[in-house]
Amino acid sequence: MIRALNIKKSFGNNLVLKGISSTFESGKCNLIIGRSGAGKTVLLKILVGLLLPDEGEIWFDEINALNLNKSDTRKLRSKMGMLFQGSALFDSMSVEENIRFPLDMFTTMTYKEKRARVDECLERVDLANKNKLYPSELSGGMQKRVGIARAIVLKPQYLFCDEPNSGLDPKTSIVIDQLIYSITRENNITTVINTHDMNSVMEIGDTINFIDGGNLAWHGIKEDVLDSDSEELQKFIFASPFLQKLKARAEK
Amino acid sequence: MMRLVISRPNRFSMFWKELVRQMYDIGIGSLVIVALICIFIGAVTAIQFNYQLDGTLVPKYYIGYIVRDITLIEMAPTITCLVLAGKVGSNMASELGGMRQKEHIDAMDIMGVNTYNFLIGPKVLGGVLVIPMLVTVGGFISIIGGYLASVPTGMLSNEQYIQGLNSFFVPFNVTLMLIKAVVFSYILTSISCYQGYYVKGGSIELGKASTRAVVISDIAILVADYILALLLATK
Repeated sequence: MIRALNIKKSFGNNLVLKGISSTFESGKCNLIIGRSGAGKTVLLKILVGLLLPDEGEIWFDEINALNLNKSDTRKLRSKMGMLFQGSALFDSMSVEENIRFPLDMFTTMTYKEKRARVDECLERVDLANKNKLYPSELSGGMQKRVGIARAIVLKPQYLFCDEPNSGLDPKTSIVIDQLIYSITRENNITTVINTHDMNSVMEIGDTINFIDGGNLAWHGIKEDVLDSDSEELQKFIFASPFLQKLKARAEK
Repeated sequence: MMRLVISRPNRFSMFWKELVRQMYDIGIGSLVIVALICIFIGAVTAIQFNYQLDGTLVPKYYIGYIVRDITLIEMAPTITCLVLAGKVGSNMASELGGMRQKEHIDAMDIMGVNTYNFLIGPKVLGGVLVIPMLVTVGGFISIIGGYLASVPTGMLSNEQYIQGLNSFFVPFNVTLMLIKAVVFSYILTSISCYQGYYVKGGSIELGKASTRAVVISDIAILVADYILALLLATK
């Protein structure tokens, strides 16, 4: 479980997060949603430790992440996996080398054991036998799947995904969503997903955190999203003209 | 930053692998350009001193002596490192800046990798180990350049050039060359890595960071050259 308590962050005079508190539960896909510029990426970067908040606390189970020394921070980070918006695969390394990198860095496994673990992860993301390909030879969806394989290779307790569906077609988005969802369930991972894709919200969102103007404007479960009394959330959900027409027709 | 760079690596085998890659890239990758520059430096030095000494009472064999000492004391370490600031330094700044922009550094940070140590450490250490070797090779090539410009053209005889090389030799000049090479290589690698690692923004900023790496390294090398000359080469 991850708890964020009263997180504030500003850049110059621009107060981006105005005191956000939320809990991200274990074994669930916890979504952070909101418009572009709402502050969701800043919140995610603060959770993973790439940015420091001006105020507030971040708790990973019983560990206060902001009170750790560098060595303990690295230990905590070795329990995290992250899927980046652009996948962030190392261009000069093959798929296998990319996934093996955390194993090379942090484990004393033999080469054979590492190979077996890499194959296991690749199989899990349906990319068996793609070991020797390079990132430039993969489609966007395949790159995301390699990114997921690299994120889970060390069996993390916490998985963070920044816009996992950006740049993907709807069908591939569903595949990626389902993959993240099933991996979260299988391994009881605390998964935090930053997205503005409403399909993801309705498909895999166990808990939803709607950020608006730097505040947590709504928090709940996906079943309550459509009936929420938050006007801003309703505007966000039905932002597309197509959905507005559908809603109007349904109301008739 | 440098305290984190020299901290204990996450894994020595990975650090070593990266160090070898950097040493190869810096050393083998720069050998041709260093050789080319140094051969011309030696040749031009020989020709111009021959021109300046013409009609004076200074013996001709002094050309060999001057080529040797000017190469060791100044040309080989300083010119080589100024050129390497352009080649190796801009390459390091671009590589790290590109990794920053593509979120590779963030990805490693989140994994728990000490990116200062893993990404900057091998570059600085590789540079400090290999560039003095390049400078030494460059020094030899420069002296050969002086020979090729003066002996086959009839400016000097073979014996005169060799006599010049053997005259007034001060072994400390070799040490001075190596001290300069180590200091300059540290300056150019650390400044370039700093500029690349902390790059913010897009491709224009990356280009600017790369240029800044070269310009600041060059200025810092020249200032360091002056300070080292004051400290080590004044009587």
